[in-house]
Amino acid sequence: MIETIASVDLPVDERLMIQKNRIEPIKKTGKEKRISLVTGTHGDELEGQFVCYEVNRIIRENMECLKGIVDIYPAMNPLGIDSITRGIPMVDLDMNRIFPGTAEGNFTEYIASRIIDDIIGSDMCVDIHASNIYLREMPQVRISDDTADKLVPYAKMINVDFVWVHASATVLESTLAHSLNMMGVPTLVVEMGVGMRITKEYCYQLVDGIFNLMHEMEIWDGSVNPVREPIVSQDGEVGYVNADASGIFVPRVSIWQSVEKGEHIGDILNPLTGLVEHRLVSPMAGTVFTLREYPIVYHGSLISRVLGGVAIC
Amino acid sequence: MLKETIYSLKAPYRDELRVTGYRFGSGEKAACIVGAIRGNEIQQLYVCSQLIKALKELEERKAIVSNHEILVIPSVNQYSMNIEKRFWAVDNTDINRMFPGYDLGETTQRIAAGVFEKAKGYSYGIQFASFYMPGDFVPHVRMMETGYQNASLANLFGLPYVVIRKPRPIDTTTLNYNWQLWDTNAFSVYTKETDNIDEQSARIAVSAVLRFLTRMGILHYNCHSGYIASVFYENELTTVHASEAGILRRHRFPGEEVRRGDLLAEILDPYEGTTKVQVLAPTDGIIFFSHKKPLVIQKDIICRIIRRLHE
Repeated sequence: MIETIASVDLPVDERLMIQKNRIEPIKKTGKEKRISLVTGTHGDELEGQFVCYEVNRIIRENMECLKGIVDIYPAMNPLGIDSITRGIPMVDLDMNRIFPGTAEGNFTEYIASRIIDDIIGSDMCVDIHASNIYLREMPQVRISDDTADKLVPYAKMINVDFVWVHASATVLESTLAHSLNMMGVPTLVVEMGVGMRITKEYCYQLVDGIFNLMHEMEIWDGSVNPVREPIVSQDGEVGYVNADASGIFVPRVSIWQSVEKGEHIGDILNPLTGLVEHRLVSPMAGTVFTLREYPIVYHGSLISRVLGGVAIC
Repeated sequence: MLKETIYSLKAPYRDELRVTGYRFGSGEKAACIVGAIRGNEIQQLYVCSQLIKALKELEERKAIVSNHEILVIPSVNQYSMNIEKRFWAVDNTDINRMFPGYDLGETTQRIAAGVFEKAKGYSYGIQFASFYMPGDFVPHVRMMETGYQNASLANLFGLPYVVIRKPRPIDTTTLNYNWQLWDTNAFSVYTKETDNIDEQSARIAVSAVLRFLTRMGILHYNCHSGYIASVFYENELTTVHASEAGILRRHRFPGEEVRRGDLLAEILDPYEGTTKVQVLAPTDGIIFFSHKKPLVIQKDIICRIIRRLHE
């Protein structure tokens, strides 16, 4: 059932609506567990759109297997998605920095508070992100270290390649995931793919993981595909490669490729002079899990992240 | 006056980004003043330019107290300003959400780190700031409640209001917040405008800064004493929301005193021109902030009122 969970009138003959699709089992017992799948907080991240479609489709075709409640929220920031804008277009505000919101704030904070109110009560939430237009990411779950004990077991069920347990940062306390975790809804943040694109292989991988998670939670009793065992990594095991020159980045490696310490990652080129401005090398032996997708770089632009000590055969 | 490049960054297709600082006086690091960090902060750039002009004249008249140095950074992000973008044009990040910065991090983290390296260590830090919502303010000084804030010092600007904001997580990466963490008394000065120049409030801001520097023993300068400010917390303001969307017709403006029930604004049907709703003052007080754009979204903040305050 399609529900509008928050709406405000826009100035001229239009309504901003946040919608969800609630899918319930054919026979309800009143004791169903509930999972919420949310995405589209950043308008330039589209990978979750195909995931939502696939989850919807598979459930619809196998309704007899559904034993719990699935709430699918494909577009937290519908105006952003529709206008290829990462933030909320009218105020140029990152929606994932205004949670938990407040009914006393402006319309953005009001919508954020309504979203939180609606998700509260879920037994699990999966918040699907797609990096941004600059970087490609391997499917991964990101967890702050203060929620790791609770969330890592769930993260292992969702068929990602690795789980990154990172230091908590004050500024991230305004995210949807942090707010929900603090309010008692276990929430996994998935990052995968690249902005403005749909990477079908990653989407299918995550869909398998979501059904596995739902199976483990007794929300789904249909057959599920086997899931991979993710690498669980801490901050100290991640190496960063940043640009030390401005120009055009051309990679020499592929994502999820094993590299040696000092191995050539790529070059920053100067199209005006024909010179190589910066030869980039890996800071450690490991596997590339983040790789620059958008070629124009400045000093400091993130080029790659390497998961140290892990070689993928 | 010493004009110098305090931070620079090469770009693939544009002229080098040069963050320029103007130093007045010499000796102990007394005050650092920062103007436009976002590309739409035209008023903040203008106020800084007028301040630099005034300080140059004062320095020539030997009005800067010996062993005191003032650093003014009028613009950090002219790259965005020159192409009419608000945030860093390449990735739309906000440099004023990157402090204290990280010199090995992403581009805007490096810019923030480079600027903060030069801007920190001063006794007083003053930023001409802008607000994320479009609208007009009455000129005021704003401080973050970090535990280090000093509202009585903020009073010395002589502006009518001092506002203390309880920081949210997103505020912890602003220049103001980090100045305070690094032992600088930090103040954000808000004037009426951002995207456009308002001469009157710009003059008020320049005078306020000169007054503050004088009272801190940094300048010899005779000026009007200004106001003894009303000090309040931001969350004490009464917020008036738009119950409908449409075209906003304002009737009352920032700085004006209103009575409960006074007509603050009307929201008009954008097709038929009729009044959809009259926005009435829910309390007596003085309008502190008001929405300025002609179109208004339902639930937008129309204005904020300082409760039960009279002129």
